[in-house]
Amino acid sequence: MSDLGFTPDEIMTIAAARSLSNDDVCFVGIGAPSAACNVARLTHAPDITLIYESGTIGTAPSVLPLSIGDGELCETAVTTVSVPEMFRYWLQGGRISIGFLGAAQLDRFGNINTTVIGDYHNPKVRLPGGGGAPEIASSCGEIFITMKQSLRGMVEKIDFFTSFGHGEGGDHRQRIGVTTKGPTRLITDLAVWKPDPETKEFTVVSLHPGVTREDVQGTCGWTVKFADALEETPAPTELELETLRALKERTREAHAKTGKPPQAA
Amino acid sequence: MTKFLSLHDAIAENVRDGDVAAFEGFTHLIPHAAGHEVIRQGRKDLTLIRMTPDIIYDQMVGMGMVKKLIFSYAGNPGVGLLRRLRDAVENHWPNPVEIEEHSHAAMANAYEAGAAGLPCAVFRGYKGADLAKVNPNIKSINCPFTGEELAAVPAIRPDVAVIHAQRADKKGNVLIEGIVGIQKEAVLAAKRSVVTVEEVVDDLDAGPNACVLPDWTVSAIAVVPGGAHPSYTQGYYDRDNATYLEWDKVSSDREAFAAWMKANVLDAGPDVYEERTRYLRSAA
Repeated sequence: MSDLGFTPDEIMTIAAARSLSNDDVCFVGIGAPSAACNVARLTHAPDITLIYESGTIGTAPSVLPLSIGDGELCETAVTTVSVPEMFRYWLQGGRISIGFLGAAQLDRFGNINTTVIGDYHNPKVRLPGGGGAPEIASSCGEIFITMKQSLRGMVEKIDFFTSFGHGEGGDHRQRIGVTTKGPTRLITDLAVWKPDPETKEFTVVSLHPGVTREDVQGTCGWTVKFADALEETPAPTELELETLRALKERTREAHAKTGKPPQAA
Repeated sequence: MTKFLSLHDAIAENVRDGDVAAFEGFTHLIPHAAGHEVIRQGRKDLTLIRMTPDIIYDQMVGMGMVKKLIFSYAGNPGVGLLRRLRDAVENHWPNPVEIEEHSHAAMANAYEAGAAGLPCAVFRGYKGADLAKVNPNIKSINCPFTGEELAAVPAIRPDVAVIHAQRADKKGNVLIEGIVGIQKEAVLAAKRSVVTVEEVVDDLDAGPNACVLPDWTVSAIAVVPGGAHPSYTQGYYDRDNATYLEWDKVSSDREAFAAWMKANVLDAGPDVYEERTRYLRSAA
């Protein structure tokens, strides 16, 4: 914990949560996006529709799911549909306003790699792969990305285009026939970034409290552009912090659930 | 018409060496007990299909039974990577495994096309994605009406589909509830199918739009209480998250993996799953 009273991880989740609104229909990626989406739902956006690719629509879990298909997602959902219906009618059908993704590797144009480090056919590290991401990236109205900054994660050139962001920048999406907006926001543990309207390169628009430009550049593999009117991200409110910490605590307890006999006291 | 068999006989009759086999269940209802029986029976040269090959396929790959894997997300959900699969892909241990990789949307559409008796699936996908460059089974087709370029992948038509479900009635009609995933499509796309169930009941008590596989669509049913563990069965027991977390450690070492497989799979039988889920049945 820093002397600011919150961690970089906490301000990342809370800043990401603030980017969502009550009217959004959000396709939730697992991990950091899931935490942000549920903090939004438990604070300023109680009516947000959260969708997980397992088929749960309008779900309201009390703990963060370990997988994208934990039982509570289904129990609290408005409805649960089959996986083909999820991808055909709801995602491909254009019903989802925001896709919220994490990334193993990201470039300045919001292209994401979660497939492989090194050569695809002779990989240095074989990552899990794209899952739903390739079509989430092209079919949702717009894409938010959240990840911790690191030189390994934010790179000049990604090894594999798992999902297409703005490609080489500019109008590359339109040129390949994609009509949705693509990545419109990146929330890291240090800053909030938005794409330049013309070049589509991610630009820092807001630094989190206590973070310097040097901190951001030191953990990013490309030369960082900063907005002229650079802002400071408002510190988390008491409600935001309490909500996030309580959610994390409930989640810790739930994920410890085991089939082994209870320990004798 | 389906047959009620022991787990041993259901697998022996329906899963064969060299088969293209789909074990499905999207986080929920993963047929672990059936997969373990296939491991005990020592099937080999399998082509395995699964959208989310998690622990059960990591085990089969690590046991050297798999020649090819067709998938869209190969991870331990919420935990990390599949370490036996990585060892096979990166180091060819215990044998090289050919991979054919898709997106979830492609796999879901391909199963649906299989169930629908179509040769391929058409959808709007893979735009700008590199998978289309490394997987020759991803092609494109132009809409004959609008000219729009769409993605096309071959239909999935497994030799055998294996799933777990809540229950069957005495006739052999099967009910799947909760996150129903892709299982109905997998069974209808396959030549043969094996379903493990928690129990057999007099009446399925299913609503008119419930996900039911009529008895004549299923080759064999085996009653295996707890058969999805460490996955879960909605209405019966919860997911054993701790086991998923522990798997990361077990699977990180070849010897630890072999010892774990011997103790928990090779030397175990279909009766262990009920006990493994006993403390996860708090709601029951």
